[in-house]
Amino acid sequence: MNASTPAPSRLLPRDTLRVAFSGLRTRPLRAVLSALGIAVGIAAMVAVLGISASSREQVNEQLRQLGTNLLTVTPGQQLLGGDAKLPEDSVDMVARIGPVRAVSAIGTVADASVYRNQHIPEQQTNGLAVNAARTDLLDTVSGTVASGRWLDDALAAYPTVVLGADAAERLGISQTDGSVQVWLGSEWFTVIGILDPIPLAPELNSSVLIGWRVAEDLLGLDGSPTTIYERSIESAVKDVRAVLPATVNPDAPEEVVVSRPSDALAAQAAANETLTALLLALGGVALLVGGIGVANTMVIAVLERRSAIGLRRALGATRAHIRRQFLGESVLLAGLGGIGGAVLGGIATAAFASSRDWPVALPLWVLGGAAAATIFVGAIAGAYPATRAARMSPTAALSTV
Amino acid sequence: MSAPTQAAVTDARAAAAEPVVLLDDVRRVYPGYPPVRALDGVSLRIDPGELVGIVGPSGSGKTTMLNILGTLDRADAGLVRIDGHDVSKLNDRRLSAIRSRRIGFVFQQFFLVPEVSALENVADGLLYTGMRQRQRRARAREMLERVGLADRAHHKPNELSGGQRQRVAVARALVGRPPLLLADEPTGALDSVSGAAVLELLHDLRDTGTTIVIITHDRAVADELPRQVHLLDGKIESDQRSEQT
Repeated sequence: MNASTPAPSRLLPRDTLRVAFSGLRTRPLRAVLSALGIAVGIAAMVAVLGISASSREQVNEQLRQLGTNLLTVTPGQQLLGGDAKLPEDSVDMVARIGPVRAVSAIGTVADASVYRNQHIPEQQTNGLAVNAARTDLLDTVSGTVASGRWLDDALAAYPTVVLGADAAERLGISQTDGSVQVWLGSEWFTVIGILDPIPLAPELNSSVLIGWRVAEDLLGLDGSPTTIYERSIESAVKDVRAVLPATVNPDAPEEVVVSRPSDALAAQAAANETLTALLLALGGVALLVGGIGVANTMVIAVLERRSAIGLRRALGATRAHIRRQFLGESVLLAGLGGIGGAVLGGIATAAFASSRDWPVALPLWVLGGAAAATIFVGAIAGAYPATRAARMSPTAALSTV
Repeated sequence: MSAPTQAAVTDARAAAAEPVVLLDDVRRVYPGYPPVRALDGVSLRIDPGELVGIVGPSGSGKTTMLNILGTLDRADAGLVRIDGHDVSKLNDRRLSAIRSRRIGFVFQQFFLVPEVSALENVADGLLYTGMRQRQRRARAREMLERVGLADRAHHKPNELSGGQRQRVAVARALVGRPPLLLADEPTGALDSVSGAAVLELLHDLRDTGTTIVIITHDRAVADELPRQVHLLDGKIESDQRSEQT
């Protein structure tokens, strides 16, 4: 063999892409339709992950705003049964714990209910609790006033009432200018304020809050708190939690229940993750179906383009070039679907999040995962058709016209 | 990498006196009942710069011959040397390399890509050489000019006449300056005028030193060629050189 072996056939990566893309251009409608299958799957997955991330972000943002350093203390059960009580001086005891920054309490007025007026039958309580509140309650639980004003030291001595958000709705009260009164116990109380919903103390939403003094004077409150709200330095929450029961009730620390309301919010976010996983699996099924569609399209493309394959082989394409061409076409097809799906999923996430006033969160790893998933699906879907195209004998490919 | 110039290739080839095609007792049998002996002991030597017609009725083994000369198919027995390479010893990559750089193909059905322009079709002839697109286009433009279609460069195949399409196909086959051009019934799908024009083009190109093998069943086409190899039932019936051309 005296002639030098010619340099091997080469197809530049850019040309591989170009050749793969030109394959898609021959049947644009079919390409769009099979890409759509992938797009639906990817859109579903991106939207599910995006919405769940947005929801988590919303909870996190709420927690950041509200803080996770709020602990509540409630009486538990006595050893021999029966409801325990918190000692009257427990609020002051808690205030003496070093890292504690704020402490407040409510005392439930056991036998009192609130009515729009005195003619309403007694049993129609609307499920509303009457609580005496210390004036520092609102700051401690990060509550805000929706309308009117909060109890201050002066007002707390008079029959005035501030309604929780749900309570105001159930009573049908929106005015806080002092013109509206409610029938509470056997007295008229003037509505002076309505609160916004309080995420960390949802029990206050269905409460009407009156001053501690007036509760003692008019309704016979015994002075022992039913819930203590306490905020401490963030880093010391654990330590404070450990010492709270003994501080609150040194005689019977086991009768004291301490809870962290922010845990409930976080748990709620975590509970959503089960649903997310399920929806994600459904999106995966859609993606699988899309992948089968792409594989189908590619099988047909290989059959249709036999003579084109033969021509390329005659022009010097190796088997590997042919395989890469069809594999590239398949990945490109899936990739286009993936891009479309990511955009659709992003739009769905944004639309859903903004409809709920959530922050839009679409983590980069979701988009990266979507890209990886489409490349993977495209490669798997294209593997068999590409191998078939590469194995096709050039003479057989050229002889079919 | 730059391809050697046409003249240099021709000179080197002539000096070495290496035939472009050397077949020795080549056999190709398609299995079946009974088996078809498409090529049955064919020996043939084609030297650089020759213009050869391989003529025969259908079923005589012409297409098998083209496939074997074009390294698209392998012989069952016998020696096949194309451009100095023993084809039986080469793997798919090496054979593809020979096709991409040393052999040009022209088919009866043109096999042009319908979606792209004449220029892109011609440039595709260099696709597997690893040349950059801009360079491929420049060479394609040059080649289209040589086949007289410079003004049709941006037309798509369906906007061209049959003769023009075949000229585009010829340009694609020659754009890589292969030493060997294989044409399978290049006039088969054309009317006589266009066919004559394509043949004339092939004649003209011969002057540049390319070895051309035209496969045809048309004796009138073959009679115009300086050398005619007649095939019948997989055997060479005659090998004639005419003096006049």
